[in-house]
Amino acid sequence: MGATRTGRKPPRVGDQPLFRRMLIGIVLVIVALLIVAPLVVIGVEAFSKGWVVYRDTIIHPDTLHAIGLTVFAAIVAVPVNTAFGVAAAWSITKFDFWGRRFLLVVIEIPFSVSPIVAGVAYLFVYGLQGVFGPMLDEYGIKILFAIPGIILASMFVTAPFVARELIPLMQAQGRDLEEAATSLGASGWRTFFSVTLPNVKWALLYGVVLCNARVMGEFGAVSVVSGNIRGQTNTLPLHIELLYHDYQAAGAFAAASILALIAVFTIIAKVALERQGAGRVRRPALVTSPAEKAQ
Amino acid sequence: MKIRLENVVKTFETFRAVRDVSLTIESGELVALLGPSGSGKTTILRMVAGLEYADGGHIYFGDQDATDIPVRDRGVGFVFQHYALFPHMTVAENIAFGMKVSKVKREKAAIEARVVELLRLVRLEGLGDRFPAQISGGQRQRVALARALSVDPKVLLLDEPFGALDANVRHDLRRWLREIHRELGITTIFVTHDQEEALDLADRVVILKDGHIIQQGTAEEVCRNPQSAFVMKFLGDANVLAAEVRDGKAYASGAAIDVSGMADGKAELYARPADLDWSAQGPGIPASITRVLDRPDGRRVLATTETGDQLEFDVEPERPVKAGEGGFVTLRRAKVFAL
Amino acid sequence: MRRNVLPGLRLSLGVTLFYVGLIVVLPLAALVFKASSLGPEDYWRIVSSSRALASYRVTVLSALGATIFNLFFGLALAWVLTRYRFPGWRIVDAMVDLPFALPTAVAGIALTALFTTNGWFGSILADLGIKVAYTPLGIMIAMCFTSLPFIVRTVQPVLEDLDPALEEAAQSLGGSDWQIFRKVILPLLTPALLAGVSLSFARSLGEFGAIIFIAGNQPMSTEITALLVFIRLEEYDYQAAAAIASVLLIAAFVMLALTNWMQSRALRYTVKG
Repeated sequence: MGATRTGRKPPRVGDQPLFRRMLIGIVLVIVALLIVAPLVVIGVEAFSKGWVVYRDTIIHPDTLHAIGLTVFAAIVAVPVNTAFGVAAAWSITKFDFWGRRFLLVVIEIPFSVSPIVAGVAYLFVYGLQGVFGPMLDEYGIKILFAIPGIILASMFVTAPFVARELIPLMQAQGRDLEEAATSLGASGWRTFFSVTLPNVKWALLYGVVLCNARVMGEFGAVSVVSGNIRGQTNTLPLHIELLYHDYQAAGAFAAASILALIAVFTIIAKVALERQGAGRVRRPALVTSPAEKAQ
Repeated sequence: MKIRLENVVKTFETFRAVRDVSLTIESGELVALLGPSGSGKTTILRMVAGLEYADGGHIYFGDQDATDIPVRDRGVGFVFQHYALFPHMTVAENIAFGMKVSKVKREKAAIEARVVELLRLVRLEGLGDRFPAQISGGQRQRVALARALSVDPKVLLLDEPFGALDANVRHDLRRWLREIHRELGITTIFVTHDQEEALDLADRVVILKDGHIIQQGTAEEVCRNPQSAFVMKFLGDANVLAAEVRDGKAYASGAAIDVSGMADGKAELYARPADLDWSAQGPGIPASITRVLDRPDGRRVLATTETGDQLEFDVEPERPVKAGEGGFVTLRRAKVFAL
Repeated sequence: MRRNVLPGLRLSLGVTLFYVGLIVVLPLAALVFKASSLGPEDYWRIVSSSRALASYRVTVLSALGATIFNLFFGLALAWVLTRYRFPGWRIVDAMVDLPFALPTAVAGIALTALFTTNGWFGSILADLGIKVAYTPLGIMIAMCFTSLPFIVRTVQPVLEDLDPALEEAAQSLGGSDWQIFRKVILPLLTPALLAGVSLSFARSLGEFGAIIFIAGNQPMSTEITALLVFIRLEEYDYQAAAAIASVLLIAAFVMLALTNWMQSRALRYTVKG
């Protein structure tokens, strides 16, 4: 008789079988309709005109150029953002200075700002009607409607990604390890690379992966500053729009399928990194640090 | 309320937490479940509460089989190890919660009056409006107790009630819990890994190991008559010497002790520090003093026997012993357990 | 100020301030500068024009609708993912992030394909007399999609970390499931829920890529504010673009302040005992 009763748990809140099954059912249906269906429809539409159209879209020079530009933007923007994220995290978590919490808020601003607003804002810095535009024009430097503009706009929208992963984690880890390393005579760089970095490497990579996905997929901000010149300043997301409005739906979906694939790989990488513990320490640490509590 | 556990079994995954435990707790008794971690004491308490279900066996409350009654209908008051106070409710709201959710509808005024009464009982008058984060650990413990008592439970269950507190707070609360128990006369079971706590507080101590009851009895019974080496060691410091039983006598490092009735063979001799003494002449166990530790209430002597065993014992504060001195350790009394 | 034990403050803070200044603060300041060069009357005329007002209306109402949907669905999804184990739950858990990972333009054309009158869902809904694509409902669905993960991902960790002893305590005191959910669990989730709601709402207000394909973009009815900014740019009416963009910027700052306030409230109870 003992054996048949093994493993029974008293019911927790919401554990009644009927309620449980209904809730799981409802949630799964909505997930299927709202999240899975869009992913599936991209694949279906991409091949709706057959493999040949799909292939032709992908190997079309304009598409290849768009892919190249998207990758190039990521190659520049992601490392720069990573360096910034590391510097921001180091300064904010390892030191107490006036305005620290304000700086935290400022770093997070790009998350709240509409990408269109970001694009417009860059227009008013580097555009002909902007603050520096006329001056830059005199020297023949073209930032807007050119690749530098695309990269700058991408940097704006992704600025918080790496910092946001590192700051809560490094905050939670405190300063003991670094102080110990320094007391043993390690230099600042040495301390960072041999003590800090090994403890935050997964979180760093996590931020990099998410940052990369956003750079490659950014649409609104880039569409304002790029000028949409086919074969010149068209990134992959912009190219999709162009094909779509050209009534080449299958082509648009073919191009979209590449980005969808990147999204799927991003999620796989994200899950793999979460297994390593990345993405665990979350935002609340941003608001109050242990150091501040102690003061 | 009398509580009876009958052949209770509980297995987690493959770990057998509780194996065939039977135990009777009389109405109004204050019982301690004492054991090291992993001994199954908390699991037993949680099964009595209905927070775990037994895989086998039965739990009776009085004559009623309570084995499968869910916790919310079982009528127990449970004090959680870390108190589990609702952080978003004030102290008063925490205490009132059980009365508010009860199937028995109470007047608002009646609930308030009862909260005031309970706050007075746990001596927290005036702290009703504070949040749990705003009071001290000892105060939280008392709020948890008041909350558990608010529903007039048939049984009060406490999981490591003093585990998270400082030593001096712990001491006061222990005495105070004893008073409350005397005042209310409610059947109470508490879990602890601290033998001093169990012996000080409980009418009866139930000692557990690996999911079994090893021994139970009053503090006097388990202290004076431990029935196994485990109980001997677990209840306090003990010196151990290898011994040999021959013809009703146990021999260890030159000392002999009467153990009539015990079978011949290898054994271990256990003696508390207070069971040993030091003298310059034999008979006894030849040893030399390696260190003397001075303490407020006496002197603890560390000695090494000729056979290399380490012994610890206490002598009066006035005794002039010092490290390096040779002599004999004498046995006042000892327990011998067969191997 | 305390003397610093660790090295590198000057370098790291210098890099940080330079980057934040150049990439974040300078453009936003330029935008504010441009908008403020208009003068109060012109500014007011532009931001309160009937077309602008209509765009605020459709943006805010759609965002509100999407947020309310996500409040319930996000809570249910977070609950299911933390409390229940069923085959494939890990995949569902991973899929929740798809709206963050999928570029908005891709999401936009995919949702449009699903909801046009000859799409998979659109054709069924059309039979029922419901039109989604090129209506405010389409805008709402696009917003639901892009802002879905916010509420799930803010509530989920709180739900995971909720001490089971709190529920057990409430059960031992005789509370029913519904009472325990309403009086113990929900109040503890509320700060996270509100933070998620404000993030989700802010994202919906600013969303562009996912919406423009499905929205129809008709002035006065299905034109969102972000699109109006874009249209003013294409008409070379830079001042109007700046003015309307500044409205979005102000809304973003209000939401940012609100989110921060809610997160600091979320910490109110978390002093460990």
